[in-house]
Amino acid sequence: MVGILIILLAALVLELAVQTNLISPFTVPAPSSVLREIPVLFAEENLIGFFITTMFIIFVASLLSFVIGTPLGWLLWKYEIFGKAYEGWLGAIFSAPIVLLYPIFLVLFGRGELTIIVMSFLVGVTPIILNTYVGLKNVPPVYIKVATSFGMSDGELFRKVLLPAALPSLFTGIRLSLIYTMINAVAIEFLISIGGLGYLVGDLYDRYDIPGMYAAVAFVLIASILFFYAIDQCEKRLNRK
Amino acid sequence: MKNKISRKDREQSRKLNLIRVITIFVVWGAYELLSHSGLVFQGVVPSSVDVTKSIFSMITDSEFYPHVVRTLTEELAGFGIGTVSGVFIGILFGTMPFLAKMMNPWVLYLAPSPKIIFLPILLLLFGVDMGSKIAISAITAFFPVAIATYTGMLHIKPVYLKVASNFNFSPAQKIAKVYLPALVRPIVASMRLAFGTSFIVTLLAEIKMSNLGLGHLIIQYYEFLEVDKMYAVLILTFIFAMVANGLMGRLSESVRH
Repeated sequence: MVGILIILLAALVLELAVQTNLISPFTVPAPSSVLREIPVLFAEENLIGFFITTMFIIFVASLLSFVIGTPLGWLLWKYEIFGKAYEGWLGAIFSAPIVLLYPIFLVLFGRGELTIIVMSFLVGVTPIILNTYVGLKNVPPVYIKVATSFGMSDGELFRKVLLPAALPSLFTGIRLSLIYTMINAVAIEFLISIGGLGYLVGDLYDRYDIPGMYAAVAFVLIASILFFYAIDQCEKRLNRK
Repeated sequence: MKNKISRKDREQSRKLNLIRVITIFVVWGAYELLSHSGLVFQGVVPSSVDVTKSIFSMITDSEFYPHVVRTLTEELAGFGIGTVSGVFIGILFGTMPFLAKMMNPWVLYLAPSPKIIFLPILLLLFGVDMGSKIAISAITAFFPVAIATYTGMLHIKPVYLKVASNFNFSPAQKIAKVYLPALVRPIVASMRLAFGTSFIVTLLAEIKMSNLGLGHLIIQYYEFLEVDKMYAVLILTFIFAMVANGLMGRLSESVRH
């Protein structure tokens, strides 16, 4: 609450500084002119449409990461030797600058949303594989022994023992995956001038619509803050159950 | 008994290495096959022989090094500024709970946001040359370090602080003798993440707008469709990123003991 007040205060100081020409309005526009641009973004720049495009890309890429990553993580756990062989590599891939490969994918998949989805998927799938594998690996062997001695089938074992025990780690994977797909989607949109919110910011900059650009950047930040807040709340609620 | 275990271990590590080597060869073979099959445009998947040649001609060419120097200067300057200001803000938040309570949620939720989106603003503020890249690298490095420092501050035992105030430590002495020693571990660990992410963002900023640097090289080779050279720059960049990441990991391991 007080945080919002501080930001308002900072905006007021900035407004005064720009109005009195202490800061050039060509580099930092007055907050009031940025505010005035917000309805324009909604009405003329198709902000909602771009927002939906970005969210759609994030959704598809995360869903693909989950659907493909979880079974891969399970396979690595099931065939332990492969898990051990690849675990270090996965960590290295996770920290590698994969997003830099986008020119290659641009040629392979064309200048379109498909490229953004594929790139975001590639970045989002590693944390899911890694955390599924680590989560399953850390299930105490006693649980599995007890389950098999009660004659549980493989399916039952998975549903009643493995899944619940590995769930917190799975959630960590999903959260990381969502964060990484989001960052990547917006970054690539911005870099190649295709798609949603990232494209809008780059486009406004190219047209030198400075107040509009600041408003769009603010919108992206607010959207991402709400996005991460929602993920946090979901995780808290699910972990409590 | 001990001997038996170590023999088993050795056998397993031999198996692991075998799997890794086979995997590398399978991937490499598949890549070469794809390159020569004509299924995809040859320009996109150049033969690994061509790429290796490009790597060698690149690292022996003196024109390559100004790009390396430019990127490293931007990255190290930004990373340094980001780390120092992150430590400063983290300690500030730690010593002023009121301030932390107000601002911490903002820092926490801004931390994972896509920093590249700030680039147009930074281009306006700091120009299209090194300034904007240093700034964006600093912003990216700042968040993980600030969060780790603040979290570390919360875990300092209150007893230490009481002892320090009993000895009438000045604020500067407190920072040097109590805070920093307790914070070294979390700070170094967060610097690894900070370096990785700020390096990526620096390169992305160069790709978007620059006239020198590795990112500039990547996008230039892409635009002139000299794909084997683009692969060469990418591979060298990846190797550098992984070596840096490994060294930072080694550093944080050594601090732990």
